[in-house]
Amino acid sequence: MSVLVLLTLTGLGLGALYFLVASGLSLIFGLMDVLNFAHGALLAVGAYATWWAASRGSGFVLAVLFGTAVGTAAAVLLELGLIRRLYARPREQVLVTVGVGLAVPALLSAIWGSDARTFPTPAALAGTVRVLGAVIPVNRLLLIGAAVLVLAGLELFLGRTRFGLVVRAGVEDRAMVTALGIDVRRAFTLVFALGGAAAALAGALGGVYFGEVDPGQGSSLLIFAFVVVVMGGMGSVRGAALASVVVGLVQQFANYYTTGGLGDLSVVVLLAALLLLRPRGLTGRLA
Amino acid sequence: MTAEPLLRVRDLRVVIGGRHILHGVGFDVAASGVTALLGRNGAGKTTTVRGILGLVPRTGSIRFDGAETVGLPTHALVRRGIGYVPEDRGVFAGLTVAENLRLAERSGPGEAAEPDYALVHELFPELRQRARQAAGTLSGGQQQMVAIARTLLNGNRLIIADEPTKGLAPRIVTEVAVALERAAEAVPVLLVEQNLALVRRLAADCVVLADGRTAHTGPAAELLADASAARTLLGVGRSTPLRPAAEPAAVELSVTAAIPDPTSTHSPRPTGTPRAGGL
Repeated sequence: MSVLVLLTLTGLGLGALYFLVASGLSLIFGLMDVLNFAHGALLAVGAYATWWAASRGSGFVLAVLFGTAVGTAAAVLLELGLIRRLYARPREQVLVTVGVGLAVPALLSAIWGSDARTFPTPAALAGTVRVLGAVIPVNRLLLIGAAVLVLAGLELFLGRTRFGLVVRAGVEDRAMVTALGIDVRRAFTLVFALGGAAAALAGALGGVYFGEVDPGQGSSLLIFAFVVVVMGGMGSVRGAALASVVVGLVQQFANYYTTGGLGDLSVVVLLAALLLLRPRGLTGRLA
Repeated sequence: MTAEPLLRVRDLRVVIGGRHILHGVGFDVAASGVTALLGRNGAGKTTTVRGILGLVPRTGSIRFDGAETVGLPTHALVRRGIGYVPEDRGVFAGLTVAENLRLAERSGPGEAAEPDYALVHELFPELRQRARQAAGTLSGGQQQMVAIARTLLNGNRLIIADEPTKGLAPRIVTEVAVALERAAEAVPVLLVEQNLALVRRLAADCVVLADGRTAHTGPAAELLADASAARTLLGVGRSTPLRPAAEPAAVELSVTAAIPDPTSTHSPRPTGTPRAGGL
């Protein structure tokens, strides 16, 4: 029983991390048709900015806020500076985001070295709690809480605000949104900012999760985030949430009950099976 | 009657993926009434409309209300007062009817009036009852009502409707026609339409495209009365179920004014008389 609880909660913790990365990725792709390979770089920026602030003695909360803000700013800069100029040119777009995705980790290595840096985890988050007899690291619960808050925030934004309405409509038919007299580019920048913020938050909290930050962290998480986005249906935040949970749990359970490493493989098998059975993803949407 | 038409299109050219779709389309849309844009399938009607709106890359000159707009992005042009009903209706399936309409509201500086829901609900009472229904679950006719309603909410100065009756049941066609007729009393309409009975009922002027060029411009009644010209230009030998009453005699014109200025010699061919040449 306690093993099941442990695997479930740690699986959900991993899924939470995936969701933070995938939610922005999914919205960006759904609305803008941009495959943002630089999303991992935004996560790394958030992770290093948080680590930088935390290791200089700012409190943990302040460091996370700082890291998220820096990641958000980087996302806006990326959208305004590079992506916006290339909307009609998907090939160049892919090249640019891949380039940024490679350059940022390289830059981080150049400044702080390619070795992982230990994250100064506050004592309150380093411990464990007992849940139904299982010993759960606190940071998993922190991640789950953060992901639930981000999900609720995104749902409120999408469901209750005019910008959210524009984003939902834009995911369906971007051209028609502009034909109603709406400058959809403002929604693009906003979605990039939101996606960047969630990814940077993933980086900040990932520092606690992994106990360290390293320049390649974002890129390895990005692969699973893409799996989650495809499974959840491009452009669907709820789909991304559902798929994150599935991927996190499958990975955790498979890694425990079979040979280590088979969990990662089973995720890919799961994706392949889903794509064969339901090409539109879990939510039945095809962007 | 002002000398300047509301919309003045000249030498509109569109190239998509290396293919020349439009080779210099030119016509005027009068400042009142309905102007029909006709032509066989593939003549370039939808591309012309999309080109005017900037939804496809285009060159040439498009003057709206006296100002050149060919360099404007779509949203900025639309905000000058254009309502667009696209060929596929462009209704957002995942949003509710109310959300579809709310999206079309234009707020902010430069927008004087409140969105005119009274008019929309008077014309389409169904939309009020179905406000919370997902637009994707509506019938084709109901979706078309949403699409037309979106153009009536704002104080638009031109409505562009691309085949609004396509694929609709006859009863719904009549309903859509009434709505368009009503809209046209206040706002000029550029109407792409294959249903010639509807064109006869609504349009004062018509523009015929063929192979990406303007083949003919002139009064709609004149073209439709000339059976051979209509056949050559529009290819209407085939039997399309038309409603209401497709008798040539039943020419009802809601607007009789606004015939294009005969002195404008933009087109390589003289306007006013149907021409079959060059087809």
